[in-house]
Amino acid sequence: MTTPHDDPERARRFREAALPHLDDVYTLARYLLRHQADAEDAVQECYLRAYKHFDTYRGPAIKPWLFAILRNVCHAEFARRAGAPVKALDDAPETTEQAPLWQDSVETPEGAMLRQRDASSIQRLIDTLTEPFRETLVLREINNLSYREIAEAAGVPVGTVMSRLARARAMLRAAWLAQEEP
Amino acid sequence: MTCDDAEILIHALADGELDAGHAREVEAHIAACPRCAAELTAIRQMKQALAGADLITKAPAALRLRIEAALPAAAAASITPLAAVPSRRTLLKGFAMGSAVSALAATGLVAIVLRNDDQQRIEAEIVSAHLRSLQAGHLTDVISTDQHTVKPWFNGKLDVAPPVIDLTAQGFTLIGGRLDYVDARPIGAVVYRRRQHVINLFVAQTSSTARRASRLETIQGFNIRSWRDRGLSYWAVSDINPDELNEFGERFERTMGGSG
Ligand SMILES: [Zn+2]
Repeated sequence: MTTPHDDPERARRFREAALPHLDDVYTLARYLLRHQADAEDAVQECYLRAYKHFDTYRGPAIKPWLFAILRNVCHAEFARRAGAPVKALDDAPETTEQAPLWQDSVETPEGAMLRQRDASSIQRLIDTLTEPFRETLVLREINNLSYREIAEAAGVPVGTVMSRLARARAMLRAAWLAQEEP
Repeated sequence: MTCDDAEILIHALADGELDAGHAREVEAHIAACPRCAAELTAIRQMKQALAGADLITKAPAALRLRIEAALPAAAAASITPLAAVPSRRTLLKGFAMGSAVSALAATGLVAIVLRNDDQQRIEAEIVSAHLRSLQAGHLTDVISTDQHTVKPWFNGKLDVAPPVIDLTAQGFTLIGGRLDYVDARPIGAVVYRRRQHVINLFVAQTSSTARRASRLETIQGFNIRSWRDRGLSYWAVSDINPDELNEFGERFERTMGGSG
């Protein structure tokens, strides 16, 4: 018995469209989950779900679509960690005082030691941001999405993206300055 | 422009997201405001630091191989692709195999699916067109509060010119018309104003002549009232509240009905 998923042409189209973005998706997963092994599993799950639902992808840009799926996978992972029902990050009040959904096992990646010091110290600073500000900053500055693409990936209005980004940068600057103080 | 107005727009300027008109406005403010000028410089420096740091983390080769292997396996095996190539850890298996969490997570996926169906896609494009129109200089191709000026303007530009109705007496001021593109086709937009809010009424020919009652939806924070009548599809888009948008649609439909 064949299913639509057996179609080799479909698999080929999916590879060509989605696999070039693997590093981008993995990078976002690292920032969302702040845990290498969890990020790897989330990315694998994301790609398998994306493949399964590839027929629903209508373009033009596939990155926001992949990111939206990744976010769903990560939110389920947050819920698992918290032992609580799935709660969208967006439901959280947007205050700086808000505790991260999940704060333990902020691990330093093994490879970080090898990377230039600047990148790893910047990554650590970004890791200190709370959600949804961290995700918004990463989508913009690291994944290079436009405001509209971020809105699509995160499922929020463009205006929300803009205010979150302004807040994220203010938070990052504060963390930056705090670190540079002697 | 005040510092408050500029605050968020400065970020959009630094990100290259502002249209030329708004960019000029923000730049004019910055030229006269040292505080906001310093803010823009700080944002640009931060952007440079982030861009220069190469913050993309390459996916481990093993992960890439696992995904590569899972794809054809998913094709050949069954409806539970993860069964073919298990994750390195069983961590995420719980919901992949259909736990309660999986069901909840799937509802998120349903939203994605819905957002991509044809109707939703066209409505998303309508909202995009509305957003584009709000950029400086993009709102109207013909500016007139006179329906007898706006309506003939569409003639020859579209297969069917959209009906242009004066609703000023009902509190919706006609301000002009515009040729726009939705779903890769030209579409007429009649532009109204309610207080400071713009209402774009998009009108397209449809193959169906059956009347369809109105639907009200919210997409990306904008309200859309759509209906179909006498071979035309209508989408009224605005950030005014749903009640007022409904009122607009009802008055439009009533006036159209009255005109025969
Ligand atoms: Zn200012």
